[in-house]
Amino acid sequence: MTSFMKELWVQLKLNVRDYGMFIALAVIMAIFSYLSGGLFLSPRNISNLFNQTGYIAVLAVGMTLVIIIRHIDLSIGFVAGFIGAVAAILMVQYQVNVWLAIIIVLALGTLIGLWNGFLVAKMNLPAFVATLAGMLIFRGALLQVTSSTGTIIIPNRFFNMISNGFIPDIMKGRLHVLTLIIGFLGIAYYIFSEFKTRQSKIKYNFEVVSMPLFLSKLFFVSAIITWVVWILANFNGISYTVIIVGVVVMIYHTLMSKTILGRHIYAVGGNPDAAALSGISVNKITMIVFSSMGFLAALSGIMFASRLQSATVTAGTLFELDAIAAAFVGGVSAKGGVGRVTGSIIGAIVMASLSSGMNLIGLDISLQYIVRGLVLVIAVVFDVKTRNVK
Amino acid sequence: MKPLLEMNHITKTFPGVVALSDVSFKVYPSSIHCLVGENGAGKSTLMKILSGVYAHHEFDGEIHFNQERVQFNSLKDSQRLGIGIIHQELALIPELSVYENIFLGNEIKKGSMIDWNETIVQSMKYLQMVGLNVVPEEKVKNLGVGQQQLVEIAKALSKNLTLLILDEPTAALNDEESENLLQLLRNLKSNGVTSIMISHKLKEVVSVADSLTVLRDGKSVLDIEPSNEPVQIPTIIKAMVGRDLNEIFPKRVKHTSEDVILRVSNLRGYDKSKQRHVVKDISFELRRGEVLGVAGLMGAGRTELAMTLFGNANNYVMSGTIEMENNVVSIKTPKEAIDLGIAYVSEDRKGNGLILIQDIKENISSAGLKRLSQYGFVNPNEEIKVAQQYKQDINIKTPSIAQKVKNLSGGNQQKVSLSKWLYTSPKILILDEPTRGIDVGAKAEIYTIINELVNQGLSIILISSELPEVLGMSDRVLVINEGVSTACLDIDAASAEEVMMYATQ
Repeated sequence: MTSFMKELWVQLKLNVRDYGMFIALAVIMAIFSYLSGGLFLSPRNISNLFNQTGYIAVLAVGMTLVIIIRHIDLSIGFVAGFIGAVAAILMVQYQVNVWLAIIIVLALGTLIGLWNGFLVAKMNLPAFVATLAGMLIFRGALLQVTSSTGTIIIPNRFFNMISNGFIPDIMKGRLHVLTLIIGFLGIAYYIFSEFKTRQSKIKYNFEVVSMPLFLSKLFFVSAIITWVVWILANFNGISYTVIIVGVVVMIYHTLMSKTILGRHIYAVGGNPDAAALSGISVNKITMIVFSSMGFLAALSGIMFASRLQSATVTAGTLFELDAIAAAFVGGVSAKGGVGRVTGSIIGAIVMASLSSGMNLIGLDISLQYIVRGLVLVIAVVFDVKTRNVK
Repeated sequence: MKPLLEMNHITKTFPGVVALSDVSFKVYPSSIHCLVGENGAGKSTLMKILSGVYAHHEFDGEIHFNQERVQFNSLKDSQRLGIGIIHQELALIPELSVYENIFLGNEIKKGSMIDWNETIVQSMKYLQMVGLNVVPEEKVKNLGVGQQQLVEIAKALSKNLTLLILDEPTAALNDEESENLLQLLRNLKSNGVTSIMISHKLKEVVSVADSLTVLRDGKSVLDIEPSNEPVQIPTIIKAMVGRDLNEIFPKRVKHTSEDVILRVSNLRGYDKSKQRHVVKDISFELRRGEVLGVAGLMGAGRTELAMTLFGNANNYVMSGTIEMENNVVSIKTPKEAIDLGIAYVSEDRKGNGLILIQDIKENISSAGLKRLSQYGFVNPNEEIKVAQQYKQDINIKTPSIAQKVKNLSGGNQQKVSLSKWLYTSPKILILDEPTRGIDVGAKAEIYTIINELVNQGLSIILISSELPEVLGMSDRVLVINEGVSTACLDIDAASAEEVMMYATQ
């Protein structure tokens, strides 16, 4: 048993960067759960937490890629706000079909991202400046398109389901059965893929952790998934927001870890000169990454408009900073080349938990900003200090 | 006459390397002393000691200036005595005007504010002294390299200069500018300013030097005093290259194929940011299965030549023709070069060769991911297999291929870089300084790998600033001087003296 504890300790120390976020999340949740008398961990609150995190989470995914290639995108907040307004106008004033409207605004968002990418890659503008200009432009554009109407109420039920709806259940009952089934399928897939990875590592003589520790890790993660699923099943089940974020994360995680494009993105971030000499077009990668950011900003805009069931004149304010904070808290390096999409999602949940918890215990908004700022600083200091631990 | 400067028994070691070993020389007032030697001979280190860049406790030996022993702690100390140094890389600020640059760090004040009017008047005086005919308000970025150099000298003069050190001042200048600069040094000499000039251009050296020192491998091998007879170029060359061939090169079979794989004719490359041709006129043939050594001094355009061949990676304005396997090719990007079968192992492993924060296997696959992939998805198992293979084949010493490249030694990093490019299955491999900064054991291993590769039919262009390496590893030697190919010698006919002759003419 002692050797088990020893190995556990060594592994925790080695991977402190990976586990750090989870520990932070657990601590935050425990604190707020205590301070709110258990309210924080109630099914309703957790479910709400996820739905509120959604539109920041997709931005954080895109921002992860942007920061990995050593850039930044400050325009995405108001791009999201503007896109939400355009979607509302298309549906309300022009009676465009909801699917068509979604496709149009996603394409529009991608084009806006491409424009930013063009300024950065081809015109050699610093991303900070190019996207700061974008921030102003799309703030203006948002005010422009909503100037005659003010807030636009979106009456479309389907559209509003996106951020407020839950997947239907297959059985009537107190518990949401389909959610439970999806959860357990997820656990099965997780265990299966962990075993597969372990097998191939052993095949190539890579170091693996001992079997007891491996099993403990599987058990621990499965228990957490079970717990989350259980909480969700006790409320309305899995929301469409969770599904959307899950799909986005899966696609981007696969892209970054398994494809040539992902490798090229990491290479450009790790050393642009070496990447260029390896036959990678740095300009092309930059344009692709900014375009993807624009696409996700549009998705975020749709999700936010759906959440409020309306397009407002201030939609998107400070989204970019929440997304950037989520990425940094999630372990993305400001020096480029390092970062994971999954990390940024945890970062987004950490930041959302903070906001939600502070709201729940009625902390003054002024103090909320200060706490969030301090947490961001602590996260990045932690990141920098643990970076060189071998 | 008593010497202005005496450097006595200077020895300087870096971890693992003796950069200077017991070097002594004297410089007399109102003279020009030249410092000559191959790359890495220790000239720049010696001048850094003299100018106080290395503090007095960081080396052994004594410096006497004006008959007094001096001990410098920093550049400021040497400046106070009137010693000014002008580096190869000019230290001017492009966006500032000429007069602001001249008095930067040495501002003329009225009260606590800068007296700009006096600054401009003073700067005009110094501009006149160096014979630079521009208005002081001109921004430095609008001046040519030769003019910028004069601004540097004016800046040095403004600090009550008695000894001026110039590190390869004419390397970036054309003939006319060079001649003007040398004339300026002669004028300064008659006005009492002594100069020490490091130069590779021996013609200039013999025309301007009153005395000279030749350094080789950190030792002074030839010392000519003003009272000695004037020295001839061949004597200098012999002193520069006549080192013991103590580095062992593996025995190699000479490759004498007549099959030309690459033919380059009248290649020119204009660097827009430097505003000059870095490759002026280069023509050569590379034969299948041979090692073509490329020799030339610093700034001769060796790496620039590689960049033009490797898909014009530096975006020069190019002209001339490149034929590969008897077809004229136009290679516009590194990707096209890689697809054609050209690989380039960079001289700057850390700067643009490898991605240090990534692991060995990711670096090895980074230029050849296509071979590892299907529908854009990388096959991770295949990637591991490839990396394991190279680890074994060329002996990358590491516990695991999952090791980050930044944790490897220079030699092992070079092997990773080599593996990366071999995995693109090239026909032509350009090796740029493949043994720079790596230890002797790893050097020998790299040499053996090079020989194995040509035995397998690969054609190699070997760029090196170490002459023994070029002579010990090549089948033929291409000599480049100031962007022009001056000779292509068969190895049996090539001697160090001859190569140096073509490299410095």
